[in-house]
Amino acid sequence: MPMKIGDHSFDQRVSKGLGETHMRETVRSAQGRLHTNKSKAEEDLGNWEDWRTLSEEIRSHTLENLDYYLEQLSDNVIKNGGHVFFAETAEEANQYVKEVAVKKEAKKIIKSKSMVTEEISMNEALERAGAEVIESDLGEYILQIDDHDPPSHIVAPALHKNKEQIRETFERLKGYDKTSKPEELTQFAREQLRQEFLEADIGITGCNFAVAESGSVSLVTNEGNARLATTIPKTQISVMGMERIVPTWEELDVMVSMLCRSAVGQKLTSYVTGLSGPREEGDLDGPEEFHLVIVDNGRSNILGTAFQSALHCIRCAACINVCPVYRHVGGHSYGSIYPGPIGAVLSPLLEGYDDHKDLPYASSLCAACTDACPVKIPLHEHLIEHRRIIAEEEKKTTRGETYAMKGFSVTSSSPRLFDMATRAAPIMSSPFTKEGTIDKGPGPLKGWTDVRSFPAPEKERFRDWFKSRKKEDS
Amino acid sequence: MKVSLFITCLGDVFYPGVGKDVVELLERYGCEIDFPGEQTCCGQPAYNSGYHKDTKKTAKHMIQTFEHAEYVVTPSGSCAVMFKEYPSLLKDEPRWKQRAEELSAKTYELTQFLYRVLKVNDTEASLQARATYHTSCHMTRLLGETEAPYELLSNVRGLQLKELPNKQNCCGFGGTFAVKMTPISEQMVDEKVEHIEETEAEILIGSDSGCLMNIGGRIDRLNKPVKVMHIAQVLNSREA
Repeated sequence: MPMKIGDHSFDQRVSKGLGETHMRETVRSAQGRLHTNKSKAEEDLGNWEDWRTLSEEIRSHTLENLDYYLEQLSDNVIKNGGHVFFAETAEEANQYVKEVAVKKEAKKIIKSKSMVTEEISMNEALERAGAEVIESDLGEYILQIDDHDPPSHIVAPALHKNKEQIRETFERLKGYDKTSKPEELTQFAREQLRQEFLEADIGITGCNFAVAESGSVSLVTNEGNARLATTIPKTQISVMGMERIVPTWEELDVMVSMLCRSAVGQKLTSYVTGLSGPREEGDLDGPEEFHLVIVDNGRSNILGTAFQSALHCIRCAACINVCPVYRHVGGHSYGSIYPGPIGAVLSPLLEGYDDHKDLPYASSLCAACTDACPVKIPLHEHLIEHRRIIAEEEKKTTRGETYAMKGFSVTSSSPRLFDMATRAAPIMSSPFTKEGTIDKGPGPLKGWTDVRSFPAPEKERFRDWFKSRKKEDS
Repeated sequence: MKVSLFITCLGDVFYPGVGKDVVELLERYGCEIDFPGEQTCCGQPAYNSGYHKDTKKTAKHMIQTFEHAEYVVTPSGSCAVMFKEYPSLLKDEPRWKQRAEELSAKTYELTQFLYRVLKVNDTEASLQARATYHTSCHMTRLLGETEAPYELLSNVRGLQLKELPNKQNCCGFGGTFAVKMTPISEQMVDEKVEHIEETEAEILIGSDSGCLMNIGGRIDRLNKPVKVMHIAQVLNSREA
């Protein structure tokens, strides 16, 4: 189960998350900062809603014609002298990458940030094959040296750690002896990583968007590590989810702008790299060999379903950055490498409900995610659709809930029963009522009254008042 | 103008006083209030929990109940949004879908109806107090109504309205979310209460009884000196 993190139950994870004061402070302040920056970036661009509409059109056109664009991409990569491998499963993708590593007798592999390689647990597969894999994205590097702590955010994987915790990790595991100033911490990581870049036999990257018309891979980073990972090692492997593709450079322009603004509130990140295959004669740098691994791993099952637009996702994390649930529980509580609203939608789609059936309920359906999404994925509607499948098709809800909802629906579709139930409410609740409120509710009310008081039903309902008023009038 | 009032289940049972203010407000602008007695609940708890087959029965009942209406007005942004979900809920039954679309098109949240249909921006209310307004999520994001409540509140005599910090964040109600994910909901409502306190407001105003029941319930439990009022009560306040 590669996406799944740990074996604790959802409730255990949430309770741990809620107890992590440092993490919650860090997340709270990051959300505040990112909210401000994104709003400013939207304003700077102007006509944000029109850009969202255009982006949604680009994504949905591409997904509707995915077979065409994937073929075009593949043809062009090969034309450029690269190799393409379509992996149906995580195992196939890892097997292919392993074979390249073995053929190249690779001892050291340097990676730039990639969520899809997390999804398929590629590092573990390569390590089992005897290669040393080094993450070069600063956040990923911190997590990797800290005993492979899993990412808690798709853009800022080490978001759950504050600078003091990072200093402590560096000190404990790498002999760092300076302060927790971000500049000093970064300088240290940079020195550690520089040597690794120079020694690496293979560079592995993700892919923000592949461009079909030219067979190119684009990489969006702020650290420049992807540039080093694609210029120094002799072999480059890029791994992409099969949906991460745009038709032409014109659409790439739009999508990169939306990605940078939505993810970090920047007009552009410090580095936006476009790579088209291995080095050609006369090139000063670049790999001698280039492989593009296109990963399905459950994605094609989403095509043609009510969830297709979930594949429009460009992994900007805007939904995570506004989510009030994520804000309090943090990324690890989701138990998947894809946390937050998009994670709650994607994880059950890619890995099934057995391990992820609580996630669609980890939302108040406030729709902040839907509102924030630069490609207009109706995230909260997808969460409701998951709940529908869990309740009506998989029948995985508790018997208590099923009965309660059946009872509710029967009552609310029958005026006579509704009248009886609401008329009886004050009498039924009177044993629990004190001074107009209920402080210890029975049954399903308990969760409510554990933290809040519940109002007692009024003796005279609105409808009774309205009726008697009408009588008086006439 | 004839207005059919959808009072909502919470409004009927727990907050009849809010309904009285709604009636008085609308009557002041010449509306004749029709209260279809067959009305029940919009069905949102079952819908959001995924029980869509069951919700369809509720939806059809409500469509029939309000079929005769010229305008449907409800003092809840969230319940108005649920009416607007009916067409997609009934998308596989073309005739019902058509009827659902008709209901959806004539449904308004109270402040939206006052401001956009009746063109009222001053209800001539007066209330001497420091207050803050909670923008409920469904009303702002799904119904798209962000102006009406602020416009109307800005003209209440004596009311000092202070903006709620992080107003865009959900209060943690979310219907069944509040009882299903209690520990998370608790943190969300606590943060909301913290922000309300920061404004030093004496009154918290909102347009959705669900949110107000949640925040108000927490305020009550924590013994905070903040009074909770539905916007209909504020807009119908008359002080000497």
